[in-house]
Amino acid sequence: MERLTNDYLLRGMEIKLEENLDQNFGKKISEMAHGEKLFGCIQCGNCSAACPMSIYMDYTPRKIIAMVRAGFRHEVLSNRTVWLCASCYQCTVECPKGIKITDVMYALKREAIENKIHLKNFPVPILAKAFFTEVRQRGRISEAYLLIRYYLNYNIFKMLGYSSLGLKLFLKGRLSLFEKGMKNKKNLQSLLQQKPN
Amino acid sequence: MKYLYYPGCSLKSSGKLYEDSLIAVFKTLGIELQELEDWNCCGATNYMSINEHHAISITARNLALAEKQGGGELIAPCAACYMGLLKTQNYLENDAKLKEEVVNLLSKEGLTPEKNIKVRHPLDVLVNDVGMDAIRKAATKPLGNIKVACYYGCQLIRPFAVFDNAHDPQSMDKISRALGAEPIEWPIKTRCCSGSMTSTLTHIGLSMNFELLKEAKLRGADVIVTACPLCQFNLECFQGKISRKFHEDVKIPVMYFTQLMGLAFGHSKKVLGLNKMLSPDLTLA
Repeated sequence: MERLTNDYLLRGMEIKLEENLDQNFGKKISEMAHGEKLFGCIQCGNCSAACPMSIYMDYTPRKIIAMVRAGFRHEVLSNRTVWLCASCYQCTVECPKGIKITDVMYALKREAIENKIHLKNFPVPILAKAFFTEVRQRGRISEAYLLIRYYLNYNIFKMLGYSSLGLKLFLKGRLSLFEKGMKNKKNLQSLLQQKPN
Repeated sequence: MKYLYYPGCSLKSSGKLYEDSLIAVFKTLGIELQELEDWNCCGATNYMSINEHHAISITARNLALAEKQGGGELIAPCAACYMGLLKTQNYLENDAKLKEEVVNLLSKEGLTPEKNIKVRHPLDVLVNDVGMDAIRKAATKPLGNIKVACYYGCQLIRPFAVFDNAHDPQSMDKISRALGAEPIEWPIKTRCCSGSMTSTLTHIGLSMNFELLKEAKLRGADVIVTACPLCQFNLECFQGKISRKFHEDVKIPVMYFTQLMGLAFGHSKKVLGLNKMLSPDLTLA
């Protein structure tokens, strides 16, 4: 890969030769997001304007779509941007072309995790994985266990910052370690062990 | 009236006050909730980020259970559960291949995913089945002109907007009026609360909640009401941290709309869980 320019307009955007791009990336993501019309995007930027997170992102949602279509696979999947999507669906509602952008973001998250190229030691995918494991093991989420699992995998010391809030909630009877679980947890677990066709 | 009821995980843990107040208020209005047996987590946003087929399957399992346990209408008070159920129905209807996989997975447990279940949110039921007259009649202790900021957040109305407008939702505003309170104009009422980012990307999460709290206070709200356990938790429980971080007092009562209804219906603070709040008490005139 060769960096050709530091132009302000292209800041944060790598310049790549066409032969180094993943030409099938856009199609694959489009399929993963239920055949969404990624290629119909007119780059109007309504999504970026509506997104409450875009000010914190490296690439705005509009840019992400352009990059996905062009085949900037590694840049998109290893970046933190997709993990900033909080699934508020503002972009999906505002898109004049009916692209389900939130679902595109989900597809990118899954593709990154599956290929293990997501940002490591970034808290959002760590929480997602902790949540995933908790559901598989317990069938229901107990917030106390979820947060303990998350902080053990992320950074146990960060938990200290929440200890006084946790204690307050516990004393008010709002945080419990003994919630009623599922009766037939095994049914759900066997369902989740099966591989989809 | 009787409905099947899918509480979801939050209403059994940090959102217990939502469940308690919902059951109390619905009882006053003559609505009985029959809890779905053996339900599982809806997967929320996180599960979808790891494995979509399973995320859809576990929610389809809840729909199938509902069908088995009487069918009809299923009430889901948590915004994430509600949206997840609608999304699952939408996918199963529009993606034949996915549907086949889900049918296969669930058949091992003797379940069939059905699309006949009508997924409802309590606000939908209140506005469209119960009606404002009945709520007005039940409000024996009208709230007396307190100013309410109705916060709808994201997934309650997006992307599906089944019972309310995605840009300017009104259901909680209408209910507040029926309780004798005054809903304020608050254009950011559908702006995201950042979800779980208050525990992951703390700076972003707290900033977003700071904006919401500050704007509600600037516009003269006495209380913020929400219909989502995560929004409620974020807006209520981080007020101390936010006030310290941004050097501004953002303390304001934040409660579930069902707790506000319960107050007007004359339920005790204890029944509504208002004695367990971390945000300030709402003083009624």
